[in-house]
Amino acid sequence: MQTQDNTMTEQSRTAADPKKEKATDPAVEAGLERLTPEQIRNTINQVLEKETGPRFKAYVETCMSCGMCADACSYFLSNDRDPHFMPAAKVKNTIWEMLAKKGNVSKDFLREAVHISHLECNVCKRCAMYCPFGIDIAYMMLLVRRICHKLEITPQYIQDTVNSHSVTLNQMWVKDDEWIDTLQWQEEDAREEFEDLQIPLDKVGADIMYSVIAPEPKFQAGLIYQAAALMHAAGMDWTMPSTPGWDNSNMAMYTGDNEISGRIARTFFETAAKLRVKRIVMGECGHAFRSVYDMGNRWNSWVMPPFEVVHALAFYHELLTEGRITIKEKYKKKVTLHDPCNVARGRGLHDKARQVVNMVCEDFVDMVPNREHNFCCGAGGGVINCGPPYKGERMVNNRNKAEQLAATGADVLIAPCHNCHSGLEDIIHHYDLKMEIKFLGDLIYETMEKKIYTPGK
Amino acid sequence: MNSFIAFIMGPMVWISAIIFVGGLLLKFIGIIQSVRKKEPYIFSYMTFKHSLRSMGAWLVPFFPKSTRLRPVYYGISYVFHILLFVVPLFLASHIVLFNEAFQISWPALNDRLADWLTVVVIAALVFFAVRRQMVPEVAYLTRASDYLMIAIVALPFITGFLAYHQWFAYRWMAVAHVLSGELMLIIIPFSRLSHMLTAPLTRAYMGSEFGHVRHARDW
Repeated sequence: MQTQDNTMTEQSRTAADPKKEKATDPAVEAGLERLTPEQIRNTINQVLEKETGPRFKAYVETCMSCGMCADACSYFLSNDRDPHFMPAAKVKNTIWEMLAKKGNVSKDFLREAVHISHLECNVCKRCAMYCPFGIDIAYMMLLVRRICHKLEITPQYIQDTVNSHSVTLNQMWVKDDEWIDTLQWQEEDAREEFEDLQIPLDKVGADIMYSVIAPEPKFQAGLIYQAAALMHAAGMDWTMPSTPGWDNSNMAMYTGDNEISGRIARTFFETAAKLRVKRIVMGECGHAFRSVYDMGNRWNSWVMPPFEVVHALAFYHELLTEGRITIKEKYKKKVTLHDPCNVARGRGLHDKARQVVNMVCEDFVDMVPNREHNFCCGAGGGVINCGPPYKGERMVNNRNKAEQLAATGADVLIAPCHNCHSGLEDIIHHYDLKMEIKFLGDLIYETMEKKIYTPGK
Repeated sequence: MNSFIAFIMGPMVWISAIIFVGGLLLKFIGIIQSVRKKEPYIFSYMTFKHSLRSMGAWLVPFFPKSTRLRPVYYGISYVFHILLFVVPLFLASHIVLFNEAFQISWPALNDRLADWLTVVVIAALVFFAVRRQMVPEVAYLTRASDYLMIAIVALPFITGFLAYHQWFAYRWMAVAHVLSGELMLIIIPFSRLSHMLTAPLTRAYMGSEFGHVRHARDW
């Protein structure tokens, strides 16, 4: 059992030993208790036969175990190249075994499979990029998570966020009135700085619907303040929805609960449709973007999302290059930029992000590797959302990220994604990296000219 | 015995060639039908442009980053795969057989060169086998069938090399060569060696997902 901080430093000095007993939690254990061998077999076979097709079959049959995927994976590199952590090994220890045994696997196997798929993989797709055949290991990890979801053995903390999604349609049990209260509170605060600032609620026909993830109203309300200030200074015609459907995060996507995931995505788009906005702009979040851009929409049979979805990085780029926001004085500290998987490998926004950073900051040093080849923060893909029982091992597994960050010599780390921000913050504290961590929006807010855009000027 | 040899050097060659080509063709058709029935979204996302871009990028030696991290392995594998096709197809003695069957021919490799290239192929296969033991992450994944695949591919080259040189038991070596070649051809559609068909498809799909949907390169 993982305990609190005083044992963490000990664990950080030794690589994770897979032969040691792996951490687990009450939900996994209770779920396993309830299962019968017949349920296990039927569920696994149902998912592998009915919910997959030629793509899965090709991935399983085509792998020539060449080992090239190993170099891609943070877990492999952070654990002193332990083969157990390489992507193909993760597939071998879950999928291959399930197929070979035709679903007749033990509870011990399942406990291991939960751990591998939820805690030893961020589904970052760096391995899919390294594989000469383009085999999508992340897809197969999500398939294992789907099986775990149907077997009801998903880790506790992330399952709680999915429960929240299913009840409140947001990730953090934010009640309907709390949402509106938070927006009005931030509006009130912001009006002390900008007299006529408004956070327009439910403005039908606005250009932009701005959407956030649930942690923002819950404990990062200042980010809503910042976004409002940005919209105000840029003179954008925007709105935010007052109804459920305001949260673009989607943890169900990462637990394999595709039904709830689809429901969240549909509600999100329906909210935008009700407001008849031209496009949706979202804050700095990676997985939320993934869920609306190519996962939630697919469950609802949309090839591409029914609205143009603009990630914050692309939005900042637009505002700065069009001159709607000007930078009063560039940020002076030495910065480096983390490329969130879902935004770099996931949407190719790495170059635009760098253009924005260079417009805002004087002293930018790139980390190596970067862009599509950047390493995952180690927190995304639902890993950090599995909660405190697994924090210690996450810190061990993120050692190579810590080394990468330290090598930049930067004072400030820009992490334009909520999960990345949290995970990298943990890494900075755990490995004592002496870096500040910021969202890109934080830097823009700090350095921008806070006047209103006047048409014609 | 004579009739057995006549069979494996005659009709069996045709049979194994048909199983090889037909098997792969049927497998391909099966995949397309299965995609249509179960995963038609694959057609929505694949584009020619991105599929070709991805396949092309991965055919350029050492262009994708992951290949530069294991240059010896990748270099040997790259050369091996080219020779795997070039040597049998451009061997004078094989061209003669094609000529006898179809009245067509094409330029042949110089015999001495082909000889050396055969040695290179065999050496590459030995390298793969040894690598499967020595590199920890590869050893972790290796199954008995991986060694079997290596042996099945090696046999035609080894027996062909020995038969050509006529060092000993020439006629049996020739029979062994034909049999091992037939074995390899027949096994391809039914084993992991069919990656010659499926790998370009998974590559094309990933190229399309990354290029067309994600606007990022899959290198």
